[in-house]
Amino acid sequence: MTARTLFEKVWEAHSVPVDDDGPAMLYIDMHLVHEVTSPQAFEALRIAGRTVRRPLLTVATMDHNVPTIDQLAPIEDPVSAAQVEALRKNCADFGIACYGVGHRWQGIVHVIGPELGLTLPGTTIVCGDSHTATHGAFGALAFGIGTTDVEHVLATQTLRVARPATMEVRIDGELPVGVTAKDVALGVVRTIGTAGAAGHAVEYTGSTVAAMSMEQRMTLCNLTIEAGGRAGMIASDDSTIAYLQGRPFTPRGAAWDAAVAAWKQLATDPGATYDRSVHIDAAELAPYVTWGTTPAQSVAVTESIPDPQSFGDPSLRESAARALEYMGLTAGTPMQDVAIDTVFIGSCTNSRIEDLRGAAAVMEGRQVAAGVRVLVVPGSQQVKLAAEREGLDRIFMDAGAEWRDAGCSMCLGMNPDILQPGDRCASTSNRNFEGRQGRGGRTHLVSPPMAAAAAVEGRITDVRRLPARVAQAVS
Amino acid sequence: MRPFRCEHGTLVPLDRSDVDTDQIIPKQFLKRIERSGFGPFLFHAWRYDDTGAERPDFVLNQDPYRNGTVLVAGNNFGCGSSREHAVWALEDHGIRAVISSSFADIFRGNALSCGLLPVILPEHDVRALLDLAAEDPGVECIVDLEDGTVTAGDLHFEFEIEPRERRKLLEGLDEVTVTLHNQDAISTYEAARPAWMPDLSRVEEPV
Repeated sequence: MTARTLFEKVWEAHSVPVDDDGPAMLYIDMHLVHEVTSPQAFEALRIAGRTVRRPLLTVATMDHNVPTIDQLAPIEDPVSAAQVEALRKNCADFGIACYGVGHRWQGIVHVIGPELGLTLPGTTIVCGDSHTATHGAFGALAFGIGTTDVEHVLATQTLRVARPATMEVRIDGELPVGVTAKDVALGVVRTIGTAGAAGHAVEYTGSTVAAMSMEQRMTLCNLTIEAGGRAGMIASDDSTIAYLQGRPFTPRGAAWDAAVAAWKQLATDPGATYDRSVHIDAAELAPYVTWGTTPAQSVAVTESIPDPQSFGDPSLRESAARALEYMGLTAGTPMQDVAIDTVFIGSCTNSRIEDLRGAAAVMEGRQVAAGVRVLVVPGSQQVKLAAEREGLDRIFMDAGAEWRDAGCSMCLGMNPDILQPGDRCASTSNRNFEGRQGRGGRTHLVSPPMAAAAAVEGRITDVRRLPARVAQAVS
Repeated sequence: MRPFRCEHGTLVPLDRSDVDTDQIIPKQFLKRIERSGFGPFLFHAWRYDDTGAERPDFVLNQDPYRNGTVLVAGNNFGCGSSREHAVWALEDHGIRAVISSSFADIFRGNALSCGLLPVILPEHDVRALLDLAAEDPGVECIVDLEDGTVTAGDLHFEFEIEPRERRKLLEGLDEVTVTLHNQDAISTYEAARPAWMPDLSRVEEPV
């Protein structure tokens, strides 16, 4: 039998045989829904007189619009309120579970899927959100879709999808002190570029990846889209199985045993080939900081902002010059001379319990620098509860940070948490596009420990220079 | 979906690579629950200053590009978010085709689903179109899906598109209707799904 990759195994197991000239019809095992990309899809179903084919394979939550303060109070922005209400009504009308504001399972869609056990190895998962690749950390084939495709999945539980090429990103070696999964992900993006994985399903392999916790793997897969990848996957292993066991929606009894047996067959076969392979030496990675307006525009924290003229490609040169102008930065400035006034710790990239522990370990016993505003936003109500049980909320608040309710928050500023023009933010989120966190706002992407270091120093800071619990913070 | 056959319109040059969906339609305008009305917010931060006044240096604020219907842009157009609102904003503004050397995967899929034609040409051909549109403002561009060609001034290029995608655009097909013809195949597949697969019936949690 032909040796197959993880991607090929999942893809082939989900291809519904159809007799036409089109792309594959892929069966979708889990459809995650949020309030921003779904209202028009539900309305299209109503107009066409269609139902949701498999409501029990569909889960909704509210995350993008929800305020992270006084979450149970009415949303002040009437347009946001209408969008949230539309999701509530659509789910009620079509029989879909909705973990909305006030529900103990509410949170960012890519945080609640795994923590509830909705994300399982060997499954296909879609969501009207580009960071759906996060779920690939479990050996699932997970990818973002647009609203027309949301409608298609609701109505048919399938998608017509052109088969992507395969790409291996192999990362080997032990991570240096201070380097987190976020830095690995930024390292991948800066290596292959913003479109380096376009048209590909990426599988992350190697000893570095195998040594990562599930939450670290989620961070790595989450940023696949920032390199243009269609999906990011990691083969399931003992860590995956241990993480999933006993979660609310994971199978029980004989079904669990059958699942584990199936999951153990999912790894890429010896001798299987990828269409493209990239190798990264973990020892060469560093804590990274973005200086520009794409996630590929980053440098090690110890480096300086590059000169646009140093880029050989004219489009990269032009992009760098425009980025520096928008960011209000000068080429040659040491990254650690860049002062910040805002810190955001959260998002579907870095808002899980391990992320919060990493930030808290740096902030414990320290004070947020004068004039700096720090928002710490857990990714779900479950994460919030866990953090409070551990006393992390007290560490953050004692340091002078704001401890919030769950939601997307400042990652994309669709809610009250936004930057003002000219504000400069060290952010654990995933995109530093112009205006992403608020019109005129300037975003520097970093890991949670690096964000915490920036918070207490008031500028971009190498977390490795801060004494005390660094090893714990980045483990 | 509105069919696409042939578009005759002014060529609009947007000489930037990595034009992301946050620029095409900023997040504060994603809150609407309709599919229409997004055109005024297209490239909002580039088109308007903080007071809401037009920025005269932005291409869509300049005559004769203001009402152009064919956009030509740098590589990796539409990167970032999966928001289909980006396509809706382009269409609502009047753009019917976008020409680039590469598109982000999700954006390209969304465009094809909505009747916006994403035309992929080699980088040097895109550069030629960008230069032509800048040097000859108002030059007409003809994007013909039926014969797979782009013509502007003395430039004439051929482009490829999957036959099924081409047919979908030409006929304005609704993909859901097409898929529902395969209901039996879907049901057969479902009947064989392993019992361990995700299913919300496992938990007694009220919907």
